[in-house]
Amino acid sequence: MSDAAQHKPETLNDVVWRALANRSFVIGLLITLAVAAMALVSFFWTPFDVTRLVVADRMQPPSSTHWFGTDHFGRDVLSMIMLGSRNSIAVALVAVGIGMGIGVPLGCWAAARGGWIDEALMRLNDLVFAFPALLSAVMITAVFGPGAINAIIAIGIFNIPVFARVARAGALAIWPREYILAARAAGKGPARITVEHILPNIANLLLVQGTIQFALGILAEAGLSYVGLGAQPPMPSWGRMLFDAQTVMVVAPWLALFPGCAILLTVLGLNLLGDGISDIFDPRARRRP
Amino acid sequence: MSLLSIEKLSLKIGNLSVLKDVDLSIAPGEVMGLVGESGSGKSMTALAIMQLTPTSARIKGRIAFNGIDILGATEQQMCALRGDDIGMVFQEPMTALNPVKTIGEQVAEGIRWHTRASRAEAEDRARKILDRVGLPDQKFPLTRYPHELSGGQRQRVAIAIACALKPKLLIADEPTTALDVVLQAQILDLLRELVAENRMSLLFISHDLAVVTEMADRITILRQGSVTETGETARTLSDANHPYTRQLALASMHVPARAAPHIDASGPDLLLDVANVTRDYPGRRKSLFSKPETVRAVDDVSLTMRPGASVALVGRSGCGKSTLARMILALDKPTSGTIKFRGLDITRATDDELRRPRRNMQVVFQDPYGSFDPRHTVERLIAEPLHLLDRKPDRKERRDMVVRALHEVGLNRSDLDKYPHEFSGGQRQRLSIARAIITRPKLVVADEPVSALDVSIRAQILDLFAALNHRLGIAYLFITHDLTVARAITDDVLVMHEGRIVERGKTTEVLANPSTKATQALVSAAPDLHRAIARKLQEQG
Repeated sequence: MSDAAQHKPETLNDVVWRALANRSFVIGLLITLAVAAMALVSFFWTPFDVTRLVVADRMQPPSSTHWFGTDHFGRDVLSMIMLGSRNSIAVALVAVGIGMGIGVPLGCWAAARGGWIDEALMRLNDLVFAFPALLSAVMITAVFGPGAINAIIAIGIFNIPVFARVARAGALAIWPREYILAARAAGKGPARITVEHILPNIANLLLVQGTIQFALGILAEAGLSYVGLGAQPPMPSWGRMLFDAQTVMVVAPWLALFPGCAILLTVLGLNLLGDGISDIFDPRARRRP
Repeated sequence: MSLLSIEKLSLKIGNLSVLKDVDLSIAPGEVMGLVGESGSGKSMTALAIMQLTPTSARIKGRIAFNGIDILGATEQQMCALRGDDIGMVFQEPMTALNPVKTIGEQVAEGIRWHTRASRAEAEDRARKILDRVGLPDQKFPLTRYPHELSGGQRQRVAIAIACALKPKLLIADEPTTALDVVLQAQILDLLRELVAENRMSLLFISHDLAVVTEMADRITILRQGSVTETGETARTLSDANHPYTRQLALASMHVPARAAPHIDASGPDLLLDVANVTRDYPGRRKSLFSKPETVRAVDDVSLTMRPGASVALVGRSGCGKSTLARMILALDKPTSGTIKFRGLDITRATDDELRRPRRNMQVVFQDPYGSFDPRHTVERLIAEPLHLLDRKPDRKERRDMVVRALHEVGLNRSDLDKYPHEFSGGQRQRLSIARAIITRPKLVVADEPVSALDVSIRAQILDLFAALNHRLGIAYLFITHDLTVARAITDDVLVMHEGRIVERGKTTEVLANPSTKATQALVSAAPDLHRAIARKLQEQG
């Protein structure tokens, strides 16, 4: 019982300090805050008005006036990226939210119940998986009309089976553990065990999957926008900027470079943030006081 | 001239000194026992000999093997040594083999690598060595996969891999700890024979003094990274000059002082009444259309327990003891038969009706690492069964109850906000017991509660069980394959074999005069320190 005496309970202060000592959390937080700030600022101000087309300024390389250059309509790329961040982030976040919100409970339910319910849910899952996601999203938006909202729903639906699978696989690995058996011996039902024991232990998995799906969400939105079924012009989106840029890649590489970097940075930031958060809240990673 | 000599070996990882000035030498053909509790540096010594220590480790001293300076050898030289002149067998047969490769491939792999033999030649040699370790080709062809073998058979494959090239030194790190006593005896016999046949040296690492005494010519005792004593096995242990040696020997023979519980056990009321319980599991389907064959895990078992009684359920692994325990705990339903706990048939009770029996019936598991949710604090973990109470305790009451349970198992208030990883194995087992007794149950089912613990810790935990039985009148059902535990702490014993109870009666009588084959096998295979020392002394004159 050597270490019994010196233990002190953790205060909020300690948690904050530990968070600040976690490198990936801090870097991730900074990047994410920067992107969020950019999106917020774009509500009030952008360097140029993107609805005004200045043909004389078309295809300008980056300069002191247009930091990120201009596109083939003479619009300022920096302004478009700022405006587009709103769209891209919102679509991806809500789509991940839909996927998690429905997929995780389904997966946990399947794992807890087992038997034919599990079998039925997972086969249904396979069915959704069997359709190419983007194609089906195109179908949905084609039926219900193009627009950001429908794009979000379409992408979200195809996130559900992904999260359901990950949650079920994670939960299945936790269920046979002895501490679950102990909880059952203490008379706790499956719902309570799932909330108290299963979810905290698979949160890591879900966070990582969440960041991956976020990145895929941005790309899916880009794809939908490309065929004209996502956000409607003149509202820019990162995805459409990328696709617009590919035809002029050789003459104006900056058109693809900057939106690409924006997507990369956002995903990287969220990834690091998710990693950091799961580290901070894992009691095993805590240093002994 | 010794085959292996270790001089003043020190090993540091970060600021932690893992080994301090360890000296050890093994002559050709000699069996050296390396004994110590967990964390004493036994495994690290073995890894240092193979030069497989973690890269962050800083090593000082000298290790000479067959005239080669190991610490100065290049990685290439070591690769030639490992698996050829030095073989190693690990503790866990479940994870030591690659699940996607056949046993033939895994045994032949080393042969081909070291001798540049052709595939056919290597397979031929693999077949021979597998046959030698008791896996003849007719029954166990080279094309078997590890998952098709039992734990004992897998350990034989691991030994075959290690011995395929007739190494000069075999290192066996707790090779039998994960096996039941009967399998343990078989594997030990096999190792002994292989040593004698090939004049192989063996470094036998174990925490179990009785096993080491049976195996080793000489013994080295490690404690916190330094050697406390070394010498001839029997002499060292029977003289027990060093206080730590004496402490270890006493702990492994420890029998807790037991007093009768403060409870009237003579009344007519039975605490537990299991009648003709059978449990079938669906087996593997032979074809798409045939019904799967059923596997009978528990077969027509009946038993009764009185309040405050202490009963052992012993048997080999896979005999159905744990399945029976789960049914008693109402975690699994029997295929047929009834289980009555204090008069209520729990096999037919609804979840709501089960609240009362659940409160009075708790469980302690074998693995002190796996039985706690790593993300909860001790307070929350131990309070888990409290929600079975009819009246929910408020925060303060709950805390008080947890503190009292902690006190009862010898832990204190400052442990409340810790997480399970902050405790040692023995402490976790105390936590596990605290969780089991917090609702003041009438029956605790303990599934191999001490087999994962060191001998001295095991002695403490057994004492704790005995004391709680006396103080709180808790009845125990101990499930174990270890007869020393059964002898130490129970009055009655039930011997289970292939799903049936084959023998029952007073523990002392049954284990002294076993009448069935199954019990006899268990009793004769069980390592016993007294007997082992006596035999060794006789052999050595």
